[in-house]
Amino acid sequence: MAEIVTEAGMSVTFGAKGHPAALEWIARRAEAFVIPLAAVVVGMALFSLFILAVGKSPVQLYETMWRGGFGSWFSVQNSLSRAAPLLLAALCVALPARLGLVVIGGEGAIVLGGVAAAAAGTALDGAPSFIVILVMGVAGMAAGGIWIGAVGALRHYRAVNETISSLLMAYIAIALMNQLVEGPLRDPASLNKPSTQPLADIYRIGNMPGMEVHWGLAVGVVACVLSWVLIEKTRWGFAARIAGGNVRAAQVQGLAVGSLIVGFTGLAGGFSGLAGMLEVAAVQGSANASLAAGYGYTGILVAFLARHNPLAIIPVAFLLGGIDASGGLIQRRMDLPDATVLVLQGMIFIVILFSETFYGRFKAFNPDLWERPDLLRGTA
Amino acid sequence: MDATEIGLWGVPLAILGGAIRVSTPFIFVSLGEAITERSGRINLGLEGTLIFGAMTAYAVAVMTNSPWLGLLAAAAAGLCFGLFHGWICKFPKVNDIAIGIALMLFGSGLAFFFGKPFIKPKAPNLPAIPFGDWSDIPQVQAALDVNVLFLIGAVLSVVLWWAFRNTRAGLILRVVGDSSDAARAMGLNPNTVRLIATGVGGALAGIGGAYLSLYYPGSWTERISSGQGLMAVALVIFARWNPLGCFAAALLFGGAGALGPALQSVGVTQGYYLFYAAPYILTLIIMIATSSPTRSLAGAPGELSITK
Repeated sequence: MAEIVTEAGMSVTFGAKGHPAALEWIARRAEAFVIPLAAVVVGMALFSLFILAVGKSPVQLYETMWRGGFGSWFSVQNSLSRAAPLLLAALCVALPARLGLVVIGGEGAIVLGGVAAAAAGTALDGAPSFIVILVMGVAGMAAGGIWIGAVGALRHYRAVNETISSLLMAYIAIALMNQLVEGPLRDPASLNKPSTQPLADIYRIGNMPGMEVHWGLAVGVVACVLSWVLIEKTRWGFAARIAGGNVRAAQVQGLAVGSLIVGFTGLAGGFSGLAGMLEVAAVQGSANASLAAGYGYTGILVAFLARHNPLAIIPVAFLLGGIDASGGLIQRRMDLPDATVLVLQGMIFIVILFSETFYGRFKAFNPDLWERPDLLRGTA
Repeated sequence: MDATEIGLWGVPLAILGGAIRVSTPFIFVSLGEAITERSGRINLGLEGTLIFGAMTAYAVAVMTNSPWLGLLAAAAAGLCFGLFHGWICKFPKVNDIAIGIALMLFGSGLAFFFGKPFIKPKAPNLPAIPFGDWSDIPQVQAALDVNVLFLIGAVLSVVLWWAFRNTRAGLILRVVGDSSDAARAMGLNPNTVRLIATGVGGALAGIGGAYLSLYYPGSWTERISSGQGLMAVALVIFARWNPLGCFAAALLFGGAGALGPALQSVGVTQGYYLFYAAPYILTLIIMIATSSPTRSLAGAPGELSITK
């Protein structure tokens, strides 16, 4: 920092490179907003071309999407309800990503978390409601945490690739759920769609005051904020970022990399398990095949769009929840398949990953490369 | 011998037949992935390519009434997906594993989008050769009804195994996969070689998809592939990037996949879903058994991000 008196006699605070400090501060942070936003816009533009190519109107599509996802209080509430599990599912990707791990099997943790919660709720039938809901939450988190924590442990202690193993374990989890729901945990009254015993109404999680959105949204937002604090403000988060950058360096520093990996993946899976518990306690009322609704996979996209920043996950989950929510309306109004939103999500995903190549390429975001006005003006 | 009296012998027989039937997509996807990974890239998107290939093959077969044109279209579609992956990954800081995940979602989304009108109509199937005609036991006949694609896959794995070692193209592929610097010093462009390798890998995965929709299970549904493309990637690692190993591992996985239906056919219905999960569990066990934190994988291409 330096105080420089300009020719006109005005005093301005300059940054290290001789520009107004505020401008440099904005420029350095703008990159993280501008590039992803531009990528989403490009992805939507490419999708418009796709929609034109299949003979429909992109304008009408985006208008319908806006109406179905964001245009009214009713649709906003719908989007928020869908965002709730996405917040937790995205954390399952974002937390391990800080350690350099690509975990994509959150769907398995959601499914098992839901089954464990339903089993706990059935077993404790008759106990006070807050105890039952608490135990259901703990059971869901434990099931999901063990599932994804095992992926982390296999990664660290056996060098098993976590991307493939987590997805394999998701398939195994779904098979396990089907086995349990059709076998030992099945409610004999559920004929067409095998389910566990329905939870009593007092054990269901209700809506937040003043809106038709269940409490899972608040839980998800709190989880994101806590995760951000964990990563950015605690020594564990700091250690994880070091280990994610360079495992050798972290080990030389004496960091317990194994515990970090198992801890972070376990917590990540715990959040996904909690998402499954909320689906059971707030939406379905019992565990059944609807638990594997694809939230785990959309969560991958949310996490990558947010560049694994837990705070950025909150708006991104709302955005994608809204896109998901508008799928039905697009199908009905425009006679397009329900997979339309999947195509849009896939396109945005690819463009977002492609945009990684542009970080650090633009001079505008890097004050170090700017011309120095103090030198140009000859004050030196 | 009365056909209905073969009793428990039906289980190994059904597993053998199942191994031949189920393994074919594994063979094609894993051979394709072996070519791609030998060049130093990993394409996790083959799962999406498989599904899109299945849809393309079925749609074209319905429209032209020729399963072979469907097969060709699926290979072409797979080639496009592969080339796209190969092209986009040449840019700095673009992660090949993440792009693969995105293509997995995009490929299946696109397949569901265009495949909607083809769920109902019936497409002509790819032909099979009845090697079991000498027997009059229907189970034996069923087990030895071998599709031509299985035979092509078997021949292809031998040819690739030979070509990796003995041809100029095979050597170029291995050099690029082991060291980009060495390849550049030889005047090779690693990105071009990887582009071609990923494209060919995608085309083979597309053929695997065509087998799914045009022979076994032989129809187009949105649940046609359940991770075969992904398991094939794990299988390549287990096979140590050796095409003959890929073929053997594919048969093993096919047999594991046939376990559930085989037991069900003799009346064992307990634990059906767990038997259904057998291939995934087997893959996981094999990955755990063959990985080690202390030594790098024998035979692994040096440039592969998965082994770094």
